[in-house]
Amino acid sequence: MIDIAFAHRQGGFSLDVRMQLPGSGVTGLFGTSGAGKSTVADVIAGLIRPDDGRIAVGETVLFDRARGVAVAPERRRIGYVFQEARLFPHMNVRTNLRFGARRRGGAGPGAFDQVVGLLGLEPLLDRRTRHLSGGEAQRVAIGRALLSDPELLIMDEPLSSLDQQRRDDVLPHLESLAADTGIPMIYITHSIEEIIRLADHLAVMANGAVIACGPIQDVMARPDVPVLNDRRDAGTLLQTTVAGHFDEDHLSALRFGEHTLLVPRTERAKGSPLALRILARDVSLALEPPQRSSVMNVLPGQVQGIHARGDGHVDVSVDTGQIIRARITRRSADDLSLRVGLHLYALVKSVAFAERDAFRRHAEGDH
Amino acid sequence: MPTPAETEALLLSLRVAVWSVLGSLPAAIAIAWLLARTRFPGHALLNGLLHIPLVVPPVVIGYLLLVFLGRRGPGGVFLENVFGVTLGFTWQGAAVASAIVAFPLMLRAIRQSIEAVDRRLEQAARTLGAGSANAFCTVTLPLIAPGVFAGMVLSFARSLGEFGATITFVSSIPGETRTLPLALYAATQVPGGEPQATRLVIISVALAMIALVGSEWLARRTRHYASGEP
Repeated sequence: MIDIAFAHRQGGFSLDVRMQLPGSGVTGLFGTSGAGKSTVADVIAGLIRPDDGRIAVGETVLFDRARGVAVAPERRRIGYVFQEARLFPHMNVRTNLRFGARRRGGAGPGAFDQVVGLLGLEPLLDRRTRHLSGGEAQRVAIGRALLSDPELLIMDEPLSSLDQQRRDDVLPHLESLAADTGIPMIYITHSIEEIIRLADHLAVMANGAVIACGPIQDVMARPDVPVLNDRRDAGTLLQTTVAGHFDEDHLSALRFGEHTLLVPRTERAKGSPLALRILARDVSLALEPPQRSSVMNVLPGQVQGIHARGDGHVDVSVDTGQIIRARITRRSADDLSLRVGLHLYALVKSVAFAERDAFRRHAEGDH
Repeated sequence: MPTPAETEALLLSLRVAVWSVLGSLPAAIAIAWLLARTRFPGHALLNGLLHIPLVVPPVVIGYLLLVFLGRRGPGGVFLENVFGVTLGFTWQGAAVASAIVAFPLMLRAIRQSIEAVDRRLEQAARTLGAGSANAFCTVTLPLIAPGVFAGMVLSFARSLGEFGATITFVSSIPGETRTLPLALYAATQVPGGEPQATRLVIISVALAMIALVGSEWLARRTRHYASGEP
């Protein structure tokens, strides 16, 4: 368990952060820029000493104002991957990678080769850091942090300085990292796609405070988290299992609960878990199952909540076993006389999946 | 070929300059770091005091040294009694005079290079297990090496040319404190000393050229090292 509670004032900005994160897996720390995410990372790493509070990773108390504990950053064993790689320019890649290992007694024998293999760093080892591309530099920075034998890994928007292609280079490494190393990770980002690909747990920050924290599916299903819902791509997460493929139609069938969803053909094998994101604006509602419609996915469910939004829309949470949200106009909601407890049908267009949804590659073992 | 007296002046100049640079280097790095990275009461005052040698005539520095560190000055008596070191009228005194006059030059160069170092690199080093002293030695110091080197060159050049503070504090004693500029001045003060003066001018210019070319070469190497070029 990672226990973070602190208050801090910096310039005109004040933070009051309280969150408990699981001691394993990836926690996404999400929020718009200026929400205070990087300050949280600096406080956990010991680079900023907060005015008040207590921070503990497992049994280790890193900071406790009341008891006068403030562990120096070099003694915290927190691997910190910064927004910019921050490689040491006067050292080559190998020396950069060994910087932390040499000072912390190394991450065990064979760790160097293992990390180099995991991140594909072998061809870069003897290069000077100025000759690395952005993506390569960031991979080296991740390796350097890993080799310092951390108890907790913090990544502060490690992909934000990279272009899309470089991101695609690094993301798969991050996914396997989360699955292979077993080191708990706090992943800071303002990209919901990265959160969905990587995180098991989600904490949402706004204006210096944590406004939601919990398992990712639960937090995504909450209609009252503004930063998650005030966006065109607001939606919920669905945990499914691949039930089969229809090759001639280029479709796959996914199962969750008693329901079957048809989605564009996925490469995932039959029986493997698959998480997908369903955008609220791709879901419509009907009181009766539509006859002769082009919509293939008709999921019976019950209205669990109705959340009026300021922009003339209404977010309707439908419990189909898992929560699916529909964003419809207020007039439609009135016409259907929606109320909590009403039985109805959520209509999901199949094409919505492939176009917009990032498939989680490492959903195994999460749920 | 230089005469024995000329060789003596040349070697003395080099000795004074080298000791002046090496002696003030640790203090310059420490104070530059203090001024660049910390804020404390008296910050501006210390900065101002250390820059005085740059703006007052060197003779003033020499006179103050004579008053405080001369054989009968309070500092001079203390050094004599406690450490057995005499600065008045010795080459060590000449090195001290040079060091003080050249100090602001070295300090400025080093301070500017420390301010140019990305502190986020030091933070990264801290999170990787390096204490603040270790981070300074393994990250900051290598990165400011070009600035430190530039400061040393400036200070060395200033020391070689030092005249006013030296002649005021330690006088012009052949073989002890008569460096090249002082020897040149002495030559101009005796009738028929022009050939002697000309020879000293040639030696001074040659020394300056060698020092310049050498420092240029070394500076390029340090810069390459610090910027990570092969």
